[in-house]
Amino acid sequence: MTEHQKDPVVVGFAQVKEEPAKRAGDTEQSALPPGRTDASGWHIGGRTLQSRFLLGTAGYPSPAVLQQAIAASGTQVVTVGLRRQLAAGAPASADGDFFGIIKSTGAHLLPNTAGCRTAREAITLAQMARELFDTTWIKLEVVGDEHTLQPDPFELVEAARQLVKDGFEVFPYCTDDLVSCQRLLDVGCKILMPWGAPIGSGQGLVNPGALRILRARLPDVPLIVDAGIGSPADAVQAMELGLDGVLLNTAVAKALNPVRMARAFGLGIQAGRLAFEAGVMAQQDMAVASTPVAGYPILL
Amino acid sequence: MNAALTVPDASPITLTVNGTAHTTAACTLAQWLDDQGLAGDALATAVNGAFVPRAQRAQRPLAEGDAIVTFQPIEGG
Repeated sequence: MTEHQKDPVVVGFAQVKEEPAKRAGDTEQSALPPGRTDASGWHIGGRTLQSRFLLGTAGYPSPAVLQQAIAASGTQVVTVGLRRQLAAGAPASADGDFFGIIKSTGAHLLPNTAGCRTAREAITLAQMARELFDTTWIKLEVVGDEHTLQPDPFELVEAARQLVKDGFEVFPYCTDDLVSCQRLLDVGCKILMPWGAPIGSGQGLVNPGALRILRARLPDVPLIVDAGIGSPADAVQAMELGLDGVLLNTAVAKALNPVRMARAFGLGIQAGRLAFEAGVMAQQDMAVASTPVAGYPILL
Repeated sequence: MNAALTVPDASPITLTVNGTAHTTAACTLAQWLDDQGLAGDALATAVNGAFVPRAQRAQRPLAEGDAIVTFQPIEGG
């Protein structure tokens, strides 16, 4: 058992059965159930954030809509990318207004290594991103399959190992496989970003059981669901499972109204986190009357 | 040592720039960027697959057949 493998925490249903009288007068500031922490701030990559929503910036109808969506989402972290220029002498300012807009939001930048197939490519791109965006944060993507864009766990671990040594704060986009996640932690990653479903698919959490296991086995590691989220309900589910944050792009960018959807996701992620902290009630097989009937006169 | 390389009487060489053949008389990466009118702080550079930081561009010589790539910020997920 390595350092990050502590006693599992139980996620999902509440383990503490409170008496109704104890809840009278409760507020959201009241004591939290075991294993829950307060949502007022969370620490990631050397920073303290209030929002647990990380938003991608690609594919919006216009730069103005992107800007409004970022504002509506409440996010404090946005992802950005790098593109090889198409021809010699192409002006570097082709997307200058995009970068200006992003910087004007004040959000922290999380550059990605999208499109990389090997650790070597990803390392080079990460070094470029650090210089261009002036941040040590890197969303490390190394794809191993063209159709699913599934991360390559072997190349990912190798790239992460070298980037951590080089001073990067690595946010690895990974699968939900526990052991490969542990290997990423072993090489120095402090954050994990397991996929919910293939990038851009909008399928939601295709394997919530695996995410539940990750949460249970890695209770102190910030876990951010990255990719595959379709609707705010998916984000709520991820947060109720006890994950620490949600990163998505397409579900907002391709909504009929991206600005409203950004707000919907922001609210959903807050609601899901609060629900996790509060502890969702245990399911029952049969009905349990909610209105007390003992002592009532029989009227009919 | 941070002095820029100077090579007198440099003859043109053929490079690959972002996948396209390109002829230049520039003898360093910094000089090539200047010749192209590219704003050096708005892009990132690599030669033959290896990142070249801004501060080292003036010391990075160019040779026949070198492959330069330049990257710029874009939106991303």
